[in-house]
Amino acid sequence: MSDEIAAEAAEDVADAAAEDAPPAPELRYGAIVTDSCGDTVLHASVDDYLDTVAAAHADGFDQLIDLTAVDYLTYAGRRTVPDGVEAGRFEVVTALINHQRRERIRIRVQLGADDPTIATVFDLYPGSEYLEREVYDMFGIVFTDHPDMTRVLMPEDWVGHPLRKDYAVGSIPVQFKAASNQR
Amino acid sequence: MTVTHETPELDSVPDGAERVKRRGDDSAVLRLSEAECAEIGNDPSTPADDERVLLNMGPSHPSTHGVLRLMLEMEGETVLRSKPVVGYLHTGMEKQAEQLTYLQGCTNVTRMDYSSPLFSELAFSLATEKLIGIEVPERATWIRMLMCELNRMSSHLLFMATNGMDLGAVSMMIYGWREREEVLRFFEKVTGLRMNHNYIRPGGVAADLPDGWQADVERLLEIIPPRLEEYDILMTGQPIWRERLQGVGAMNADEALALSATGPILRSTGYAWDLRRDEPYLAYPEVDFDVIVGSYGDCYDRYAIRLNEIRESMRIVEQILDKMPGGDYRVQDKKVTPPPRVRIDQSMEALIHHFKIFTEGFKVPEGETYASVESPRGELGVYIVSDGTSTPYRMHVRGPSFINVQTMPHLMQNGLIADGVAIISSVDPIMGEVDR
Repeated sequence: MSDEIAAEAAEDVADAAAEDAPPAPELRYGAIVTDSCGDTVLHASVDDYLDTVAAAHADGFDQLIDLTAVDYLTYAGRRTVPDGVEAGRFEVVTALINHQRRERIRIRVQLGADDPTIATVFDLYPGSEYLEREVYDMFGIVFTDHPDMTRVLMPEDWVGHPLRKDYAVGSIPVQFKAASNQR
Repeated sequence: MTVTHETPELDSVPDGAERVKRRGDDSAVLRLSEAECAEIGNDPSTPADDERVLLNMGPSHPSTHGVLRLMLEMEGETVLRSKPVVGYLHTGMEKQAEQLTYLQGCTNVTRMDYSSPLFSELAFSLATEKLIGIEVPERATWIRMLMCELNRMSSHLLFMATNGMDLGAVSMMIYGWREREEVLRFFEKVTGLRMNHNYIRPGGVAADLPDGWQADVERLLEIIPPRLEEYDILMTGQPIWRERLQGVGAMNADEALALSATGPILRSTGYAWDLRRDEPYLAYPEVDFDVIVGSYGDCYDRYAIRLNEIRESMRIVEQILDKMPGGDYRVQDKKVTPPPRVRIDQSMEALIHHFKIFTEGFKVPEGETYASVESPRGELGVYIVSDGTSTPYRMHVRGPSFINVQTMPHLMQNGLIADGVAIISSVDPIMGEVDR
């Protein structure tokens, strides 16, 4: 992450401390910008997600580096969502990189608990194909207009989405035929 | 192989990014489910064009590097569309990570990319340290760099071995394995294990380098270069080798970028992007090395890049030998570092502290962050969300192998099935990391 951005973010924090009234949130590609451990984070709404990604794409973010999701079901009192963004159960996190400026951004989108659906970025970044399939597989988040919205890691006929927080960490008891009952 | 290949004219390929975006029948990706494929395969009357056959390759196939399965749509010997089917090694490591403390986390991630385990540990540790906001001592940074560069060598040597074997240079398999074993022997001396080291941990490394490590590293630097020259004789200049790889599975930079490919695959297209140089971490700005790039983006370039990256890594290791600073090998921050063994016998507090760190782990402040390193396969990133407890709320790994597997159908389209084996090999996926 470039020092400039970190410095800018640090200034913002200082400004916020100096004035009592919270300053108007900084916007970039139509999304609220925050700083997380020196990373630039954009908070887009579901409806504006594709526009934000398209604007970033047009601005030279030439590669999609990562796309994942988080299920915030059991995380009460989350503080990493800025004012003006309504926290949802799911969050899709898209990381983009601009090779020329050596800059990275992360776009976080909040999704509700019921039928989480979001637009695919396949047409802008075809490399999102597997990552979006993985998110669908693990979280049940559907990417509309994705060319192949199927499971990628779990078996095709699997029921449930393992990385959801209400999916228990279980174990399948193994029965050993030869083992005697007396130990 | 008696089949000859002509290097495709890169200009004749339609705009790279557009080509990989296709969705329909002319796409390189066979977007059918396994069930549909099985049905079509069983029904002899289905294919309208009786020249087209759906063929299954793997998951157990000697050239698929473990358990990669490919569904191929073939016309004669030509591959039209294909779909890699992955997940046979899926062990739920990301779910597992939510149950393990940050100290235990390294034992988990190290099992992902089993041929370069230290990189996963490094990325995980860097992300954790970023969240806590600690800086590791200089010596720990340099030890990490030394171990990672040696690991890059061992990983690329393994590639040399498997790539040779896949293409019929079977003796190469033994040679590559032999050299890799020399590096692993050093790892065993330092970390106690040949693989899955759990050596790089949040806060530093697990132990200092053993006495006489310089001599061992010098020996490595002495024996490997002449053997790389043997590889050159056996493979690089060999007409059969060249015939088999040049112009096979070519890709341009636009396509590689669009498909999110990183590492040797991206660099083989002539796109010079290496995180060690472009987004430096550890102490890489203080050492000299070149970023190796190719020009045609074919299998041969990917092979040559890896061979020369071994040489660059040795250059870095040589400089580390001279510059290795003294000092502590882990941060003396009581929050993340257990007390030294002798203190435990002397002080009750130290004993409690030791017990607490290993049973409860240390708490990491709330936040979310992403840290990435240049692994032998590309950008290896770790995304951690912390809720302030001693286990990650969510840990996601951007496995370069997983994303690079996407390039396979595009590299294989309109090529021969025999070249498919060369392409799988040159993408160098480690299935442990693909499936996690």
